Amino acid sequence: MDTAIQYVLLAAAACFVLGLRLMNHPATARRGNLLSAGAMGVAVVATGVVIARHATITVTGWAVLFAGLATGSVAGLYAARSVRMTAMPQLVSLFNAVGGGAAALLAVSDLIGAHAVPVRVGVPASIDIAIGAVTFTGSLLAAGKLQGLVSGAPIVFPGARLVNVVIAALTLGSGVWLAARPDNTVALVLLVVGALAFGVTMVLPIGGADMPVVISLLNAFTGTAVAMAGFVLGQTILIIAGALVGASGAILTKLMADAMNRSIANIIIGGFGTADDAASAEGGAQGTVRSGSADDVAIQLAYANKVIVVPGYGLAAAQAQHEMAGLAQLLTGHGVEVTYAVHPVAGRMPGHMNVLLAEANVPYPQLIEMEEANGEFARADVALVVGANDVTNPAARRSGNPISGMPILDVDHARSVVVIKRSLGHGYAGLDNELYTDPKTTMYFADAKQGLAALTAAVRTFVG
Amino acid sequence: MSLDLLTAVTIFVLSLLVGVEVISKVPATLHTPLMSGANSIHGVVLVGAMAIAATAHDTLGYVLAFFAVAFGAMNVVGGYVVTDRMLHMFRGSRKQG
Repeated sequence: MDTAIQYVLLAAAACFVLGLRLMNHPATARRGNLLSAGAMGVAVVATGVVIARHATITVTGWAVLFAGLATGSVAGLYAARSVRMTAMPQLVSLFNAVGGGAAALLAVSDLIGAHAVPVRVGVPASIDIAIGAVTFTGSLLAAGKLQGLVSGAPIVFPGARLVNVVIAALTLGSGVWLAARPDNTVALVLLVVGALAFGVTMVLPIGGADMPVVISLLNAFTGTAVAMAGFVLGQTILIIAGALVGASGAILTKLMADAMNRSIANIIIGGFGTADDAASAEGGAQGTVRSGSADDVAIQLAYANKVIVVPGYGLAAAQAQHEMAGLAQLLTGHGVEVTYAVHPVAGRMPGHMNVLLAEANVPYPQLIEMEEANGEFARADVALVVGANDVTNPAARRSGNPISGMPILDVDHARSVVVIKRSLGHGYAGLDNELYTDPKTTMYFADAKQGLAALTAAVRTFVG
Repeated sequence: MSLDLLTAVTIFVLSLLVGVEVISKVPATLHTPLMSGANSIHGVVLVGAMAIAATAHDTLGYVLAFFAVAFGAMNVVGGYVVTDRMLHMFRGSRKQG
């Protein structure tokens, strides 16, 4: 019977892989997720059967088990149902936190009161606790930053780097100690406290623009922690699923970092734009900015042949994706060619903008990725930038500023540019956007949602 | 359950390679649902948490097991439901396009 259960768990692990594979294509992605979810359900039930058969579990144990299942399921279901698509990165981060936290708790619980723990358990247990605890506090802080509960700006205080190094050393030291002496409670407590603190000090100096990379990295961390928990408990399914997520998270992290032309180490060690605060402060409003009304912009759009929309986080934050899609539909109906140029880090996690536009029923073929879009801008009559900032700043092509070398959308190559934005405020990099003072740029100062609605109305009067 | 170290490490390494292979060619459009999907898969930690609950026999053990199970269950249920919500939208947009 136990062997049969092991085969069931193996089949579930295989389904995780297949599910992930099916998620490579939009057409099969949903089936992939359902397959994966079904396999998870089977694994949980099978584990329940094993527990019941072995009968070592106490009555209180059952109560704890069901209470935990009910509490977690209700919380997860509520969060997943109620979350807005714009808040998706926070939620993924929150799930990373609880996953990492659970993995760390497994190892803690395994070590407490244990005697003569072999090294082959001590080492993975130590790694599990370290990574799991770092992920727990790090992900919670990342979610807080994204939600605006904690300032999204890089938080740096004098000696911050020193504190960071000290805490890292403490965590590493107690980790080695615990690996060697797994039954030492002092080492265990030190490691837990050190790793929890390190999670905070690691994410604190990282700015909002780098959050997609951080979330992706923490996802990989959680996977690794879960795999280590599998070593501790001798459960193959945890090792397989954990390694799978660890590897996929690492790849996504690498892709994201490449899209920003920065190394992962650079993102973790140095906060974005922290070194250049003085430079951006003196920038101010140099050069003249031309602003236009809804009617001015509507004429430009209505008489264009080709419009490329550059959606950014501002569009998402204003929940304006539906208004955007409405305007695009109106223009398309009038014979204007409309495409969306999506920067890989538009939004607050990899591919976030695509999800938001999909929510607004934007036809899939209208979305083009950065490289293709940059070849198209020269042929576009109007580039309509809605709530995007740093990813359109031509300053990135020069050296000597915080966004130097970051791949951008070459919006300034279009014949004319319209920027919908509430104010001339800075993006996450804290830089003035040179695009706004370009002579062919018209600034339309408005909230993305109201602005797009006004534009749609104005365009309608022209093409009516 | 006993699992000898070499076997465990072998499984770990091979699974890492599978993970790399499966993810490498995903279009950027699907990165968010994919990450969210991978996120739910690490909810499998719930299985380990259940095993911990089964061997707990003192207050500290019960408390740890409760949080581990609750965290794991939240990860699993929330992760899959939200991924499905997202993918549902992609399907809708494909029909039109």
